[in-house]
Amino acid sequence: MIPYAFTYHRPRTLSEAEALFSQAQDPRFLAGGQTLITAMKQRLAGPSDLIDLSGLPELSFIAVRDNEVIVGAGTLHCEIAESAEVRRGLPALAALAETIGDPAVRHRGTLGGSLANSDPAADYPAAVLGLAATITTTRRDIEADEFFLGMFETGLEKGEIIKQAAFSIPLRAGYAKLPNPASRYAIVGVFVAQTETAVRVAVTGAAPCPFRIAAMEEALLRRFHPDSIAAISVPSEGLNSDLHASAEYRAHLVGVMAKRAVAAALRSGPADEDAT
Amino acid sequence: MTLVSLTVNREAVSAEVEDRTLLVYFLREQLRLTGTHIGCDTGQCGACVVHVDGRAVKSCTMFACQAQGAEVTTIEGLARDGRLHPVQEAFRQHHALQCGFCTPGMIMTAIDMIRRGRANDRPMIRRELEGNFCRCTGYHNIVDAVAAAAKQIGEAAV
Repeated sequence: MIPYAFTYHRPRTLSEAEALFSQAQDPRFLAGGQTLITAMKQRLAGPSDLIDLSGLPELSFIAVRDNEVIVGAGTLHCEIAESAEVRRGLPALAALAETIGDPAVRHRGTLGGSLANSDPAADYPAAVLGLAATITTTRRDIEADEFFLGMFETGLEKGEIIKQAAFSIPLRAGYAKLPNPASRYAIVGVFVAQTETAVRVAVTGAAPCPFRIAAMEEALLRRFHPDSIAAISVPSEGLNSDLHASAEYRAHLVGVMAKRAVAAALRSGPADEDAT
Repeated sequence: MTLVSLTVNREAVSAEVEDRTLLVYFLREQLRLTGTHIGCDTGQCGACVVHVDGRAVKSCTMFACQAQGAEVTTIEGLARDGRLHPVQEAFRQHHALQCGFCTPGMIMTAIDMIRRGRANDRPMIRRELEGNFCRCTGYHNIVDAVAAAAKQIGEAAV
């Protein structure tokens, strides 16, 4: 398949990328390209100019501080999955990255590309929302709760570039998903994180964009154990329904994956007397 | 049009490409390296896997101009001095192909996983092969071949 014609640009800095964007007629930024290039081949996207961010060194880094893991937007999925620092500081994020697509996709795809695309079935949005990450762009900081607005829709403005995401290190966290057997996208994925003062439960794959489940968060705050949420059901209204899964099945899966995510968090984090 | 300069199978290559030219079309149609196959053409089947700077990637989901300055290895670049690469030899020994269409991508993926130390056991090999489809459904012998090659390459390295 052949995309519409476009002009390719390879800026060397972020400011050069922004300047190129402002001068072009209908530009798009290109990160790992694992979604955008396929969309362009199917002629679902036809930008006049493609501005390649994939080689920018200022976007490619992993920094672990006392209580947070900061990941540059250009960091590859495989780099996050294999990073000894992420595995030590935030093992649930490394484990999540390991489940994205397949090895060749993980060798090209980036954190920032996934977030900016906001595919309803992408994995990283669950971690960003579950860990209350702060997304820093070329213009401002955006909190996770304000970032995802709808299907393929984020709070990013035209020409705004994600620079990094900062994840606070929780007490424990876990991710569980039922992958589509062909694409490995999440039919439903749930990311659960427990901090000293709160629990967050973030769901991807089930709705147009990731969302939290307050009832589960409150129950898990009282007792962080899969049994605490076993009786909580999620309504199927507004959930996605497609050839892979009905809304009712997805609603059921949210409960199953949430329990598995809690169990995964308990395995990875410090022992909890209450949970045994 | 953009002038791209890269290394393909240890040889320097420079060529004018249309910006929208995908790496796989550049390899097949401009360089006539037709060992890299186009299967699904949507980034899912893995028939087009090549190595770019030492990492297995899908060449149907990358533009040729993005490979500027890169080192690309295709299935044609594996044999040395008329001798098959150990992974190619293992695929032959274990009859790890039927129609052979997926084989170049399988072998490029197998080499990548062995290099990363991810071919230690059969479940791991199967997981690492998630992005490569064989529609003859001959995975059993492919897993045998990768396991045998990994063992042989591991022993040779010791």
